[in-house]
Amino acid sequence: MPGDSPISTTPLTYLTTTDTPRLQRYRKQLAVVFASRMGTTGLAVVLFWFGIGLLSLWWTPYEPTATDFTQNAAPSLDHPLGTDHLGRDLLSRLMAGTQVVLIKTRLSGDFLVPGGVALWGVFGSLALGVFLGLNAGYRSNWIDQGIMQILDALIAFPRIVLYLIVIAALGQGDPVVILAITVTGTPGVARLVRGLTLESKNRDYIQAARSRGENAWFIMFREILPNVRAPLIVDGTLRVGYAIFTIGTLGFLGIGLPPPDPDWGSMVNEARRFIFVNPLAVLWPALAISSLVVSLNLFADGLQEETSRFQAS
Amino acid sequence: MATSTPILEINQLAVAYKVRGGEVEAVCDLELTIGRGQSFGLVGESGCGKTTVAWAIVNFLGTNGYIKRGSIRFKGRELAGVSGPELNRLRGNQIAMVYQNPMQALNPSMCIADQLKETLIVHQQMAAAKAHSRCVEILDRVHMPDPSRVLQLYPHQLSGGQQQRVVIAMALLNEPALLIMDEPTTALDVTVEATVLDLIQELRRDLDTALLFISHNLGIVARVCDEVGVMYAGELVERAPVRTLFKTPRHPYTQGLLRCIPRLGDSKASRVLYPIPGQVPPPAQRPSGCHFSPRCDYATERCAAEHPTLDPLEKQWTRCHLAAEIDPAGWKAPAQTRPAGVAESPHEGTTLQVENLETHYEQRTGSLGELLGRRRKKYLRALDGVSFELPQGKTLGIVGESGCGKSTLVKTLIGLEPSAGGDAEFMGFDLTQDLKKRDTTLLRELQMVFQDPDSTLNPAYTVGYQIGRVLRRFGAVPAKQLRAATSELLNSVRLDQSYYERYPRQLSGGEKQRVGIARAFASPPELVLCDEPVSALDVSVQAAILNLLLDIQQQQGTTMVFIAHDLGVVRFFSDFVAVMYLGKIMEIGTAESIYAPPFPPYTEALLSAAPIPDPDAPQTQIRLQGNVPSALDPPAGCPFHTRCPRRHLLADGGALCASETPPWRPAANGHRIFCHLPLDTLARLEPVVASPQSPRA
Repeated sequence: MPGDSPISTTPLTYLTTTDTPRLQRYRKQLAVVFASRMGTTGLAVVLFWFGIGLLSLWWTPYEPTATDFTQNAAPSLDHPLGTDHLGRDLLSRLMAGTQVVLIKTRLSGDFLVPGGVALWGVFGSLALGVFLGLNAGYRSNWIDQGIMQILDALIAFPRIVLYLIVIAALGQGDPVVILAITVTGTPGVARLVRGLTLESKNRDYIQAARSRGENAWFIMFREILPNVRAPLIVDGTLRVGYAIFTIGTLGFLGIGLPPPDPDWGSMVNEARRFIFVNPLAVLWPALAISSLVVSLNLFADGLQEETSRFQAS
Repeated sequence: MATSTPILEINQLAVAYKVRGGEVEAVCDLELTIGRGQSFGLVGESGCGKTTVAWAIVNFLGTNGYIKRGSIRFKGRELAGVSGPELNRLRGNQIAMVYQNPMQALNPSMCIADQLKETLIVHQQMAAAKAHSRCVEILDRVHMPDPSRVLQLYPHQLSGGQQQRVVIAMALLNEPALLIMDEPTTALDVTVEATVLDLIQELRRDLDTALLFISHNLGIVARVCDEVGVMYAGELVERAPVRTLFKTPRHPYTQGLLRCIPRLGDSKASRVLYPIPGQVPPPAQRPSGCHFSPRCDYATERCAAEHPTLDPLEKQWTRCHLAAEIDPAGWKAPAQTRPAGVAESPHEGTTLQVENLETHYEQRTGSLGELLGRRRKKYLRALDGVSFELPQGKTLGIVGESGCGKSTLVKTLIGLEPSAGGDAEFMGFDLTQDLKKRDTTLLRELQMVFQDPDSTLNPAYTVGYQIGRVLRRFGAVPAKQLRAATSELLNSVRLDQSYYERYPRQLSGGEKQRVGIARAFASPPELVLCDEPVSALDVSVQAAILNLLLDIQQQQGTTMVFIAHDLGVVRFFSDFVAVMYLGKIMEIGTAESIYAPPFPPYTEALLSAAPIPDPDAPQTQIRLQGNVPSALDPPAGCPFHTRCPRRHLLADGGALCASETPPWRPAANGHRIFCHLPLDTLARLEPVVASPQSPRA
């Protein structure tokens, strides 16, 4: 095929590019994150908690489990947030409580993996939800019907009861909390992915892939999945917020993460009995949970708003 | 312009949109005048600011648009800058607008009666009962069959053509002095389009309404308008009475547009299309000097430096420094041009053989009876016994209204839809087998080019990756040469290396379509199915894409099936043409024989409806009544008998057509016609279009 073919249709483009496309792409992605003030604020708070969690791995003012102080003390210079009913330093416990949410997961005994329970739980529901949603949406036959009916049944089931069943069957521990988060999050992710898949599966590029004999897995994971990425990232960010609530709820019910690691939910639960003596012991972990969840929501909203605008332009 | 005050007078109009980091002038220095009962056509490619003009007149520019300079006078009164109730009253009572998509103009949750009456009750404070009878009257006026029944219906119960009639009726309710129509027939089929255009003409004559008609289609403008303005990059570049414009276009852009479109009857052997190089610059990047100069064959230094004004020259106004000097007849084709006449391909012999092919879609009603298997399933017969043969290296064009099964045919051949019966054979492979069972060789030899440039490429991957994927899939080249082979393919569709790393969102519609073509020809295939590859493109881009396809086909000897709804384009591009109606082929033969008498009734109606970009071209008016019947329950006998205007030529009013399947009547050269009317009867009919065989210089 000669390039100097005789038709005078040389591409005239008014788009001049100086950056390499890859650099341009990163620049654009960063621009998406920082374009919205709301999103940037949310991101800052989330990063703050990540920092606190990382810091607590090596340094906290006191040992989080040490009980050698005055019980239910008011904030002072020695203990900026006060102490709890067993005389433990609340600041140290609050800092260490970030770890289970964002920083590390205790698989069993002393076997730790990076990434908090909330992150792994969300990762689990995303992975499972994407797999089921893509299959349901792309295949659209009895597989679709089957998957969606089961997931709908799961949604209809009361969440707390679901947690109790999972924990009663498998016992306490970080992996079980991850499983609980995964199971409750999967139906939502699957619904979202199925909807997006249905929308894009009739596009011409999917027809083109089918007509060159690509198999269903290639089409689902290589052709469709990258195009549902943007809404999935937003959804996943929101879900980290929900997962933190779930950990808090489980901790509050006393069926969450086993001692000795502190987590915010069980901190609220333990301090609840002394709420009239020492309301601050409830307030600090509650504030921590809500600030992290709200800022994740802000970040997700900012991301969504900006990605839709950037896609339009 | 005999009347003292024109209905619409636009002077020095500039419209700007505020965008991030500044503003862009979408329209600048626009001037036009429309008198009572006159119709003014605005034509140009997309992105030239046609619709912005319409929006500026009704002050519907959105939150970021505003009239920057100039005046819009309606019956001598200034509209620019007027806001609030005064403008509302003017707009509702005196100016009406019809948009492109009737489904979007009608509220799906209100019945037609309520939507129509609202206009009367709000603007004329008419009593409800009186409003109702007025609505019946106006629907009758736009030739809507059974108006009182239609009033009770909801928009989705009407066909596209009927919906557009309702929208036009709504626009006419208050007897506006000015009617603005923005691409009113673009979403409609050619036969429906013809009836809507007739209606517009008739109403304009009877009601003396001034009409501003916006279209990208020169053929439609030629049919409807008295005066035409050609827009380019936000400006009027030429303004002239319609006959003058088509006879002696002065501006190089107008000349270029006319050289881009195949006229009805042109063939690839007799005519070369000359696309205008480059593309319309976006508003922020218009060149200084003449906006058209970078794409102009005549451009001089003066053109690049000095912005021309719209100056009168005899009967027309032209925005060109060289208007007086340019002689369209003296125009020479660019030196490197494909020689007219496509060489005969050396191979002969049938590659594609289709015999009685059928494709059915199951209609699910979702009822309990169906679920339990009690009720008979209903099938939509999208393809109902299609047979044809296609020799190697040749092109079969397929025309027909939407829903006739054109797309289903190519999708069935490529395996995207399962066939329900019949045979299809290609290079010894059976095409009725399931896509999953097909041999890799067969997959490689059969590729497709799609219609919608925005959906043909995966937005998540670069152009290079997507073309490369096809090469890898079929192992067309060793992995090391992948990049080089992809670049070569990009070259062959006239895209340079910078496109390799680009994402589809960074490309224009025409560029995306080129990549789609490169992808289809990558494997490399023996047979390429093109499903309306140029329908969504502007005319100059369309010409370039058609040339490109012809060129690649000639180099590779590819066989093609080519679908388009533009009869001129199909005639130009194809060696053989099949006319389809309701899942059946009504006529098939060489392209020349289809566009020459004898015409079977359906082809005759299609040709008579086709817009021709020449106001002087003779064309008989044959208009089809009613809509295409549902393929769920196709008419017995000849599928076309319910709308056929020639049925009465048969004995006892064509009772035969309603009961018996017509015979295939063989004419000369393998030309076959599916009709009860004998060939010599058809041949005696007066031809609808002038015989297109006239050779061109």
